[in-house]
Amino acid sequence: MTKLSILPGTELDGFTVGECVHHGGMATLWSVTHPGITVPLLMKVPRVSEGEDPAAIVSFEMEQMILPRLAGPHVPGCFGTGDFARQAYVVIERIPGTTLYSRMGELPIPYEEARVIVGKIAGALADLHRQNVIHHDIKPSSIMFRPSGECVLIDYGLSHHNLLPDLLQEEFRLPYGTAPYMAPERLLGVRDDPRSDLFSLGVLLYFFTTGERPFGESETLRGMRRRLWRDPQPPRKLRPDYPPWLQEIVLRCLEIEPVWRHPTASQLAFDLAHPDQVKLTARSERLKRDPLSTVWRRRFNGGMTQPKPKSDVAVQLASGPIVAVALDTEDGSGPLNECLRLTAAHLLATLPNARLACINVLKLGRITIDRTVDEQGNNKHIDRLVALRHWASPLELDESRLTVHVLEAVDPASAILEFTAVNQVDHIVIGARQNSMLRTLLGSVSSKVAAEAACTVTVVRPPRSAVAMGQAAVGG
Amino acid sequence: MMAAEEQLRLAIFADIHANRQAFSACLDAARARGAERMVCLGDIVGYGADPEWAVETVMGLVEDGAIAVVGNHDNAVVSSSESMNAEAQAAIEWTRGRLSAPQRRFLAELPLKHQDGDRLYVHSEASHPARWQYVRSTADAARSIEATDAHVTFCGHIHKPALYSMSAAAKLTSFIPTSETPVQLLGGRRWLAVLGSVGQPRDGNPAAAYAMLDTKSQEITFCRVPYDVVAAADRIRANGLPHWLADRLLIGR
Repeated sequence: MTKLSILPGTELDGFTVGECVHHGGMATLWSVTHPGITVPLLMKVPRVSEGEDPAAIVSFEMEQMILPRLAGPHVPGCFGTGDFARQAYVVIERIPGTTLYSRMGELPIPYEEARVIVGKIAGALADLHRQNVIHHDIKPSSIMFRPSGECVLIDYGLSHHNLLPDLLQEEFRLPYGTAPYMAPERLLGVRDDPRSDLFSLGVLLYFFTTGERPFGESETLRGMRRRLWRDPQPPRKLRPDYPPWLQEIVLRCLEIEPVWRHPTASQLAFDLAHPDQVKLTARSERLKRDPLSTVWRRRFNGGMTQPKPKSDVAVQLASGPIVAVALDTEDGSGPLNECLRLTAAHLLATLPNARLACINVLKLGRITIDRTVDEQGNNKHIDRLVALRHWASPLELDESRLTVHVLEAVDPASAILEFTAVNQVDHIVIGARQNSMLRTLLGSVSSKVAAEAACTVTVVRPPRSAVAMGQAAVGG
Repeated sequence: MMAAEEQLRLAIFADIHANRQAFSACLDAARARGAERMVCLGDIVGYGADPEWAVETVMGLVEDGAIAVVGNHDNAVVSSSESMNAEAQAAIEWTRGRLSAPQRRFLAELPLKHQDGDRLYVHSEASHPARWQYVRSTADAARSIEATDAHVTFCGHIHKPALYSMSAAAKLTSFIPTSETPVQLLGGRRWLAVLGSVGQPRDGNPAAAYAMLDTKSQEITFCRVPYDVVAAADRIRANGLPHWLADRLLIGR
């Protein structure tokens, strides 16, 4: 079969090829146009010829399968693909600007900036994982930002789609990817654990905040295998002013065993969005690496080297949801709050990786100037945080699974919905107000939340009391 | 070379095994999805209690342009030289007595394989179709793929769905298909699609299995259809066939 040669002016399936934008090792990028499409477009053409690395072909095939299945703001839109039988290509949306790689000369960047950037990447990863895809090549050159600020993940040549054949699974004996960022389990051939992406993102966060790569730049398999038993230098050793909450997050991402990392990318994003609520463990204070005895035990007693059962991306994500409980702390909400706690307890009992965010809305008047301090001089905001923690204490949750939030807002339902959207909450538990008089006047918060939330909502009511039953009977 | 082909939606059925309830449900589902041509990968009879209806239905489909190939159970009914386990043999003997002469002739005349452009249809696998070998591993799949120049081979026989591919460098991948997720059969590699069974699924899911292929987008979708399993099992018992053949339908084993 004759291969077409792509040159400026070439017509292919309605696309007109323009200038060459990038000439890389694996692929060439051309700007292209199409009469029916207004978005700026790129055509990615793999560099494949006789005797070249078959990995280039397989990677391209994976992109060709995965890109058309992806949707949303965190991936480049896909507008067409062509097969190897004629001319292999994918046409994708051209994201303006440069990748995060352009920041490499500025490292380390300020902690706060790193927190915001990595938070956005974690949010994008959460979205990707929900679409059953593990990226497997998270590194600065795979990350871009839209002018609107949203993170876009590019390059899916090493990715794994949980519902599609994994063409890379058996193709190569050595793990394929970018050595400094590769999760330890990848070295053992594991390709179905979304937490591998959290490890890579941890490497990026460590690198961007310390200026050093946690596992160096070794490209040899022997050098890479060290991360199966050897933990990195704690960032605080490199930078004494390193914030404990940030070290807590970074070292959790870089845990050797996936099970010790954040259960989901959403939960990592949640921690990055609420640094004051990150539960600090021994990790946060550490100044030294693990003692040699621990390292030797890891190395020679198995641990990471034990085979693991196959995991399912969707099942794993579903086991670690973010559950938000919206609570009133006013007088008279006691019986309802009991029921809310019971519902939360039932949910959490079946979901060992779930985390619970307790939220309360401090209602502001529309026109009055609000005072956050009451007549006795008590800070209402702090009082409510205390009340939320008090409500949650019988649940006996590990501190790392619990956060409390007081939102100040004019409209409670809108505040709850916004919190849910920003923090990628998976499930809201909310009580229905019993006082029908108040509900008539104010409208029901729970019904608005139930109607408009993008996630599952459980509306909780106390058990029918004798009085309520009597009323119902009378009312017919 | 994959020429741009006109769009055609194919529905492919394997191992119907005289299960009227399951095959009816699959045909209805496939027609609802816009199936324009039917393909039957053999084992129309055996195990199930409605062989006359099954053969008659496939004969009707073939008259309307469907493709059909022979399976080992179809072959056993008309040749009587097969060696099978006791339960399967009992069902074969019973089936033979039920079919009319034209129905038996139809089965006897079915080809072992049928190539349609870059697609090959065969009951067991492509390397030795008359030996009725199972595709259990990537090595078995490689043997079948290497025996043909087809871009995609469709087979059944093992009653558990699987999708194998061979890259240009002759590396194999295996995959257990996810129902209702279309997979593009990329042109740069060659494929072996092993279909689940319409009438006697054995992958732990009792729902009837079939597949749809869009010839333009080259996308295959593995489908499952729930059907009245209890009615099909009752028919098997009522006709005095071995009870295990009824029981296994309920658990899909």
